[in-house]
Amino acid sequence: MGLITPDYGLLVWMLISFGLVLFVLKKFAWKPIMEGLKSREETISKSLRQAEEARNEIKKLQEYNEELAEKARAERELALKEAKSLRDKIVEEAKAQAQAEAQKIIEKSKILIIQERENAQKELAQMVSKLALEITEKILRKEFLDKDKQIGYFKDLLSEISSKN
Amino acid sequence: MQNFFNVKRSIYIGLFLFTIISFGDCNNVFASKEVEEQTGNNEEGGKKKFNTVDFIFEHIGDSYEWHIVTIGEYHVSIPLPVILYSKQRGLNIFFSNKFQHGKEIYNGFKWEEEGKYKGKIVELDSKGEILEENPLPLNFSITKLVFSIFLASGLLCWVFISIAKKYKNGADKAPTGIQNLFEPVILFIKDDIAIPSIGEKQYQRFMPFLLSVFFFIWFNNMLGLIPIFPGGANVTGNIAVTMVLALFTFVITTFNGNKHYWKEIVNAPGVPWFLKFPIPIMPVVEFTGLFTKPIVLMIRLFANILAGHMVAIVFFSLIFIFGALNIWAGYGISIISVSFAFFMTLLELLVALIQAYVFTLLSAIYFGMATQEHH
Repeated sequence: MGLITPDYGLLVWMLISFGLVLFVLKKFAWKPIMEGLKSREETISKSLRQAEEARNEIKKLQEYNEELAEKARAERELALKEAKSLRDKIVEEAKAQAQAEAQKIIEKSKILIIQERENAQKELAQMVSKLALEITEKILRKEFLDKDKQIGYFKDLLSEISSKN
Repeated sequence: MQNFFNVKRSIYIGLFLFTIISFGDCNNVFASKEVEEQTGNNEEGGKKKFNTVDFIFEHIGDSYEWHIVTIGEYHVSIPLPVILYSKQRGLNIFFSNKFQHGKEIYNGFKWEEEGKYKGKIVELDSKGEILEENPLPLNFSITKLVFSIFLASGLLCWVFISIAKKYKNGADKAPTGIQNLFEPVILFIKDDIAIPSIGEKQYQRFMPFLLSVFFFIWFNNMLGLIPIFPGGANVTGNIAVTMVLALFTFVITTFNGNKHYWKEIVNAPGVPWFLKFPIPIMPVVEFTGLFTKPIVLMIRLFANILAGHMVAIVFFSLIFIFGALNIWAGYGISIISVSFAFFMTLLELLVALIQAYVFTLLSAIYFGMATQEHH
């Protein structure tokens, strides 16, 4: 049975040819193939990394833009708010000032009015008293033209005073 | 795709040329009419008795010629170079057709057909008797298996060097043609066999051997499934071939074994001391393991491929066994035989790949064991 007894001739030829195949393939096939595969792997991973980086960059840029926009919006809002408050303040102040002015004017007018009234009253009183004196003078002059009458009157007055006392 | 067809076409052209050259030289290829030499035992009522054992062993064994077909009494075969060396007659190199299939004696050498030295080339003395002393000359003939190994080796080199050229020209391009066919396999061996078994750091050193052994076994297994020339030789089902492959694994493992590896053999950690001290049972077991591992590799591949070839050939020999009884029984059984052989071949296609994978994987695991650091 030659099945399980190895033939030395075949063994030697196999040793030579497999050794040669190993050597030739190692040098001319596996080395360039493995190198090629490795370089391709590296290229792919490098490209992927670069794509990832670019994506990150874009994302960062977008974020930055958004931040910027947000900031601008906030600033505008703030400016608007400030302007509004300033306006309100100005209006308020103007109002207050106007009111104070008005108040002052009113006060002044009041005082003036009172003064005027007092003056008027005084003048009126003076005028009235003057008129009354004039009238009284006229009446008295008329009344006391007659001597009898004068005496009568004094008499009356005297009686009146005496009665009173 | 274009490339693939070109490859196919060149293979066909190559084979065609080879056949033309072989047949053109009438001295080399012979189609001779042979005189039937039937002994009484082999002839029963005019019918030839079919010798199953010879039939099977002829197909799974080695030969000094590559038998292609027998038409009637004509044997069409490719003669192969016979290389002999003996003390008396020195170096002899000639084509095997000089033997006329063992019928002729050439230069004092005979291809024995019967007896103790059946199938071997023996040296004869001047009287035509087999020499008493050293009847077998040193025989380094290019036999059918050797020739088949050469063919497969050439095919391997040609295929992979042409693939390598593509990587050299443009490594970063997408693979095309035949490169596309083998790149996934190469990557599989790298990523799923070498790296998990050996580790990221060391695997690169072993890749050339792992790739070579995988494709060598696979190519030879596949060629063995082709029924006619240039296939059909039972290369990986021959123990000498698998022995050489296993020897390579053994040598590489042994030469790459680090301190840790040898320490585990001499003084295996985690084993009770009484298994090591007065009688060193574990060291002996571990030491035996050094040799059993490659021997198992050798036998597994040999037995699997041999069995595949044997089963296929047994199915076919059934046709002739039945045919010898009754011609119609032979025709009848041929349907069953052919369909069984067909399914066997499909199975063998799978086995061809699996055995190449198993051999490569186990080799890688052994390399991993030899090179691993503390775990």
